[in-house]
Amino acid sequence: MRPAALWRSSAWPARLLPALVLLGLLAAWEGVVRTAHIPAYTLPAPSLVAQTLVANFGSLAGSWWVTLKITFGALALACIGGALIAALFALSPTLERALFPVAVVLQVTPIVAVAPLILIYVESTTAALLLCAWIVAFFPILSNTVIGLRAADANLRDLFRLYRATPWQRLRLLRMPAALPYFVAGLKISGGLSLIGAVTAEMVAGAAGRETGLASRILEASFRTETPKMFAALALLVATGVMIFWLFNALSRWLLGPWHASESSRPL
Amino acid sequence: MQANSATMPPDALLSPYPPHPPLLPHPPLLQPLIALQRVHKQFDNGLQALSDVSLSVAPGEFVALLGPSGCGKSTVLRLAAGLDAASSGTVQAPALLPGRTSETAYVFQEPTLLPWASVFDNVWLPLRLQGRSRADAAATVRQVLARVGLADFEQAYPAALSGGMKMRASIARALVTQPRVLLMDEPFAALDDITRQKLNADLLQWWHGRLMAALFVTHSVAEAVFLSQRVLVMAPRPGRVVAELVIPQPYPRSADFRHSSAFADACRAVGAALSEAHDGPARQLPMAGLR
Repeated sequence: MRPAALWRSSAWPARLLPALVLLGLLAAWEGVVRTAHIPAYTLPAPSLVAQTLVANFGSLAGSWWVTLKITFGALALACIGGALIAALFALSPTLERALFPVAVVLQVTPIVAVAPLILIYVESTTAALLLCAWIVAFFPILSNTVIGLRAADANLRDLFRLYRATPWQRLRLLRMPAALPYFVAGLKISGGLSLIGAVTAEMVAGAAGRETGLASRILEASFRTETPKMFAALALLVATGVMIFWLFNALSRWLLGPWHASESSRPL
Repeated sequence: MQANSATMPPDALLSPYPPHPPLLPHPPLLQPLIALQRVHKQFDNGLQALSDVSLSVAPGEFVALLGPSGCGKSTVLRLAAGLDAASSGTVQAPALLPGRTSETAYVFQEPTLLPWASVFDNVWLPLRLQGRSRADAAATVRQVLARVGLADFEQAYPAALSGGMKMRASIARALVTQPRVLLMDEPFAALDDITRQKLNADLLQWWHGRLMAALFVTHSVAEAVFLSQRVLVMAPRPGRVVAELVIPQPYPRSADFRHSSAFADACRAVGAALSEAHDGPARQLPMAGLR
């Protein structure tokens, strides 16, 4: 949606609807907990979760920062790694045939099962967490970008041949822009996956290391039956996921809005 | 062309006009830029696309390739552009000569613009591929955009343009390198008739007086007659040239030419050659099967 349309009065009911649904769900949750007298260690009311979040924000914020660092660090590395490897594959089909199976093996191995091994082999916990999250996040970017780099229009390829473009010109002016929508689609998937990868790896790592992320705080709180604190940490994780989702939707609009059909405002 | 006439049976030359009309500056006397001699083309799947095709186009000549779909018109263009190789026979064209830059421009049936680039950047592309910077190419690009009537749209993305304007941008991109050869593959087939006639007239203006060899593929008799000096009629399965007709009307040709009796006569002659090329074998083949 264009910024102008955002502020049109007719757009507001559509924008308010999801917020109203969310508020309704929270209110129902609060109501059920209060009327059924469910103890806080089983299911805390949203108001208690909010209070716990505010009261513990000082200590949770540090953990949040750790998780954010792992998530965005892994995502940045996944972008660079995925796009670079895809570009190498595009320039050398032999390299692609040789290495793509390795990428597939990395992708299909469940991260929960490999994470303990990685934590043994990699000394620094931060590096191990980054590696786990990267393994989960890089494949969608790689496989999407590989397809995108091959997706340039056949006539445009002929045109570049006719004008005797060099392989580098073809990559930069034709194949990379043609791959951009695919890369962005991969990025949207990887954004969510890098958070999942970071949390999973933290869960496996437990409370090891000095700096602990939100997942470790959830584990720690569960050992102490501090259920409201678990929910508070969970709320921060959810907020992070939603933030990543919004961020990449905005990025997609900015990069593809003027020309790509996926960001067209016309009804489908 | 002499070479062409020699390979064709005399009765295939349906032209009611003398071979070299007096008002033309005799471009055929110049060395042809594009020359196909006894070209055969068979695709990997066994399809015989072209059989014994000979034709030539000289600088300053406008030649139309006319025929039903599947008769190998586009294949001829691709051979002349160096995008495909002939199975046998010889093809001579600037696009096949070695060198860093291409003197051939190709206009596709679709506008084939880079959707992520503005009109300016699309027209700049051929010069950019030659290594010319934006600042260096800007004057040339703006001049060509003005000539095709897109001066006010240089920052627009292709998605924001109408079909006719996209095709204008596509032709601007073709003209920006000042090519010696202009190959066009049914560029106006998807446009409405009014836009098409306007672009036909404009195209002649852009081409006229530039000693550019133009080879224009179409399946419209009127378009072929309006634009070209020679119409080569092709027949399918396998693709071959079955008739060559000269359109002696001098350039510049105005819209009045469309309403002249000369135009009607030429269309009738070309149409007759086309229907003979199309219906001839189709009528005979089932009969042969029944017998």
